[in-house]
Amino acid sequence: MSYTEAESYSVESYLNKELLRFTTAGSVDDGKSTLIGRLLYDSKAIFQDQMEALETSSRLRGEEGVNLALLTDGLRSEREQGITIDVAYRYFATPKRKFIIADTPGHEQYTRNMITGASTANLAIILIDARHGVLTQSRRHAFIASLLGIPHVLVCINKMDLVNYDEAVFQEISQAFTQFVKKLDIPDVVFVPISALLGDNVVTPSQNMPWYAGSTVMHHLEHVVVSADHNTIDFRFPVQYVLRPNHEFRGFSGRIASGGVRRGEEIMALPSRKRSRIKDIVTFDGNLSEARAGDSVTLTLEDEIDISRGEMIVRVNNLPRIENQFEATLCWFDDTKKLDTATPYRVQHTTRLVQGYVRELRYAIDINTLHRREAQTLELNEIGRVVIETAMPLFLDPYKNNRETGGFILIDPATNLTVAAGMVRYATARTGTEREDFMAQAHSLNVTREFSAISQEAYEERSGHRGYIVWLTGLVRAGKTTIAREVTQQLFAAGRRVIHLDGDVLRHGLSGDLGFSEKDRRENVRRIAQMARLLASTGHVVVCSLVSPRQEMRDFARRLAPRDAFCEVFVDCPIEECRRRDASGLYEKADKGEIPNFTGVSADYEAPVKPDVWLRTDGASPAEAAAQLLAYLDARL
Amino acid sequence: MSHLKQLESEAIFVIREAAAQAERPMMLFSGGKDSICMAHLARKAFYPGNIPFPLMHIDTGHNFPETIAYRDQYLKEIGANLIVRTVQESIDKGRCVDETGIGASRNGLQTITLLDAIAEFQFDAALGGARRDEEKARAKERFFSFRSAFGQWDPKNQRSELWNLFNGQKKKGEHFRVFPISNWTELDVWQYIELEKIPMPALYFSHQRAVFERDGILYAASDVMERHPHEEVQERTVRFRTIGDMTCTGAVESPAANIRDIILEVASTRTTERGTRGDDKRTEAAMEDRKKVGYF
Repeated sequence: MSYTEAESYSVESYLNKELLRFTTAGSVDDGKSTLIGRLLYDSKAIFQDQMEALETSSRLRGEEGVNLALLTDGLRSEREQGITIDVAYRYFATPKRKFIIADTPGHEQYTRNMITGASTANLAIILIDARHGVLTQSRRHAFIASLLGIPHVLVCINKMDLVNYDEAVFQEISQAFTQFVKKLDIPDVVFVPISALLGDNVVTPSQNMPWYAGSTVMHHLEHVVVSADHNTIDFRFPVQYVLRPNHEFRGFSGRIASGGVRRGEEIMALPSRKRSRIKDIVTFDGNLSEARAGDSVTLTLEDEIDISRGEMIVRVNNLPRIENQFEATLCWFDDTKKLDTATPYRVQHTTRLVQGYVRELRYAIDINTLHRREAQTLELNEIGRVVIETAMPLFLDPYKNNRETGGFILIDPATNLTVAAGMVRYATARTGTEREDFMAQAHSLNVTREFSAISQEAYEERSGHRGYIVWLTGLVRAGKTTIAREVTQQLFAAGRRVIHLDGDVLRHGLSGDLGFSEKDRRENVRRIAQMARLLASTGHVVVCSLVSPRQEMRDFARRLAPRDAFCEVFVDCPIEECRRRDASGLYEKADKGEIPNFTGVSADYEAPVKPDVWLRTDGASPAEAAAQLLAYLDARL
Repeated sequence: MSHLKQLESEAIFVIREAAAQAERPMMLFSGGKDSICMAHLARKAFYPGNIPFPLMHIDTGHNFPETIAYRDQYLKEIGANLIVRTVQESIDKGRCVDETGIGASRNGLQTITLLDAIAEFQFDAALGGARRDEEKARAKERFFSFRSAFGQWDPKNQRSELWNLFNGQKKKGEHFRVFPISNWTELDVWQYIELEKIPMPALYFSHQRAVFERDGILYAASDVMERHPHEEVQERTVRFRTIGDMTCTGAVESPAANIRDIILEVASTRTTERGTRGDDKRTEAAMEDRKKVGYF
C-alpha cells in the first residue's frame, strides 16, 4: 500500500467521511448489475475470493466471462430462478464517502421492494438502455423515487457503446425523461451517458464521448450535496425508551427525527402538552449543549413530566399535527390478503403503535401512467390514496416535509406481517399557535348570531328557503367557476335568493391586499368563509368557488356555516387535464417559477377527505356537473 | 455527521428498539470483534444505566482459551450479566451428536444449544453482531429478522423494513434476531474500535502460533482438531481476522501488531474475512442453509 493510500485510511480521513445511501432499480437487461459490479470492483469492494467464487459459478453455468450479476443475487432461490427477489444491501467506500446500495429488482411485481429500498435512500440511480429510450419501467422508477421523496435522481443512460456514443441519442432520451419528471416532485435530476460494461463515465471519464463534459457516475455519487436533505427546522423527538437506572435519573432516549435542540430550550411533550425545559442532553461520551437530526441521545428535563415510549418531545412554537384522522398515500405489501376497510390494523408511526382503520379508499393510482382509477381495494404492489383513522392521535408531518414523521406502516394483527407502507399527505400548520387561533375563531364567532336584530328564521321565511353555503374546491382550471356560474343562474331562474362568491373575483376587491403565501391564502379563505356565513344567515344560497387547497380551511368554513347548512363540493379533474385546458398559460408560468405557491405545481392540494358532492369534470360537461349539483341542492334548500 | 457517527447512532437506535419492543431480550456475545463492538454500543445506548438485558455466550467447548479469558474480563469490567450455555451440555443431554473424524466441527451444533437456551429463558429477541457485508445470504437480512417457533428463517417471507420502522410483532414462542451493526463493514468495525479505544483480544494481533494448513486455510494446532498425518504443524507469525471456535477459524499470516496495522491490512487486503472460515466453504449456499435452520 502506498503512502497516500495509507493516508486515506487515517483517523482524520474517516472522521470526515460522509455516508450516502442510494437505491438502484432495474432489471439485468438494463445492465444494472454490471454497473454495481463495476462500482464495487473499481472501489475494491469485491474481494479476490468473491471473484473466484463468481468465476466458479459462472463457469458451472456455462457462461463466458464473469457474470457480475451473480454478485448481487444473493440467495440460492434467486440464483436458481435467475431473478433478484429481495432488497440486497451492498457496501463500498471511497476516500470521500461510504456508500450503502439498496439494490432492488425493477419489475412491476417488485414495487414493494423498490419502495422499501427507496425509503432510506438519498439518491436513486435510474438506468435507461440507450437503445430503447424511456420505457414504462423508467417512468415507474421515477414515480417511486418521487413518491418516496428521494431528493436526487441520477439517470444513467447505459449501453452508449451500442449506439455509437451518439450525443443525439443521449439528448433525446434526456429530454423525454425531463418532460416526464416535470409532473413529479424530484428537485435534482442529473443525466450521465455511460457504458457500464466498458466502463465509460462510470469511474473514469470516457474517451469515446468528448461531447459530454459532466461528471462520471462515481464523481457524482461522491460530490452530490446530501447534507441539506434532512429536515433541519422542525424539532421532533419520538421517545423511544425511558431510561430510569436509579431514582435520581430519569431520561428520555431516542434519535432526533428532525431539527435540533439545545440545552435550556423550552419544550412540549405530546400528547399531554405539558411544558418544561431541556436540562441536559446526555450521552456516554459526555453531555452535549446541542444535538441535531440523526443523533441518538437521552434528554433530561427540568420538571418531572410523565412521558412514555411513543410520545413526542417538540418545541413549543413548532408543533406537528396531532390527528387521529389523516389522508395518506398507501402502498399495499401483502400478497395473501387485500386491503380491508373493516380490519383494525396496527399503525406503526415513529415509535408509536396504535390501532387504526383504513376508513376510505379514495382511488388507486396506476404507477405506470400516474392516472387515478376507482378501486374497491388494494392488492400487492398497488398504490392508493386513503383516509386513515386511528384510536389514538398520531403526531404527524406531511411526508413531503419530513420523511421521519410522515412515514408509517400498517401491520395485520392476525399475521403480524407488515402489510402496507404509508406516506402522510396532509400539510402541517405552520405553528401550533396559529392553528389554534384559526380554530378558536370559529368558536368565538358562533356567538355573534345572538346579536342580530332580525332572526335567521325571519330572513329564511322571506327568501322562501334556507340559507345555505355551497363550497366548490378544486385545482385551477378544474371547472369550479364555470359550474358555479351555471348553478347560480339556474337557482336565480328558479327564484332562489342566490349569490356567487368567486375567489378570483374577490381577489380584485375584498382580498386585493393578499398574495398567495400560505398565510395569505388562509386569510383569503377566512374572509370568504365569514362573508358566506353572514349571507347564509340572512337567507342566501351562497355559491363559493375558490381553490381552498387545505382541508383545514374548508373545515373551518363548514364550522362557520349556520346550522350545518353547508356542502363541500369537490370539482375533481386530473392535473393533466387542467393543464390542457389552461389557455392562459398559468401552469406554464408556475412551472417556470414565475408564479410561486401555485397549487398543484409548487404547493400542495389536499383533496377533500369526504366531499358531500364529488363532480368529476374530465369526461363530463360543465352542464352535466351543474345538473348533478343542483339535484343534490334541490332536496336541501 | 461522519459515516461512523451515523452508523453508531443507527446501531444505538436499533438496540434501544429491541429493548423497548421485546419483553425478554438478550445479546449474543462470542468474544469476537463484532460482538465486542455491539456490547460497547449497548453500553452507550443505556448510559448512565447498565445494559438492561443479559449477554449470552454459546460455548462450543472448542474456543480459544484467550477468548474465554477476554470474555470474563471485559464483561466484568462493563458490569454486564453473562449467561453461558455449552454445546457439551446439549451433547450430554442427547440433544445432538458430536461430529467425528477429520474436519469435525461443533459449529453447526451451536444452533441446537442456542435454540434450547432461547426456549429455556423464553427470550423473544436475540441481538447479534452479524453484518450484511460478511456473506451474500446476510446481505438480505433485516435489522429485525423474524424467527418462527422452530427458530427458522424464511428468506422469501421476510417483513419489509421501511424508514426506521421495525415491526417487532410476534406470537408466543416466536422470536427475533436483531442485528444492530447490519450496515457496518469490517473496516468500519476496526475504525470504530480504533476511534473508541475498545480493548481487543490478543488473538487479533500478530503472534507466534503452532498451525497447520488444510484446504488453503491455516488452523491452530490443538487437541480439539484431528489432523491427517501429512498435515505438518509449523510455527508461524499469524493473527485471526475472525474469532469463532478453533475448528472452523483460520489464521492469516500477518505482522499487524496493533489496530492501526490491522486497519491498513484490512483496507489493502484482497480476500474477505470469511475467506478464513472453513464453515462457509462447505457449499455455495452454506450460510443460507445454516441460517434457515436457526444459525446466528
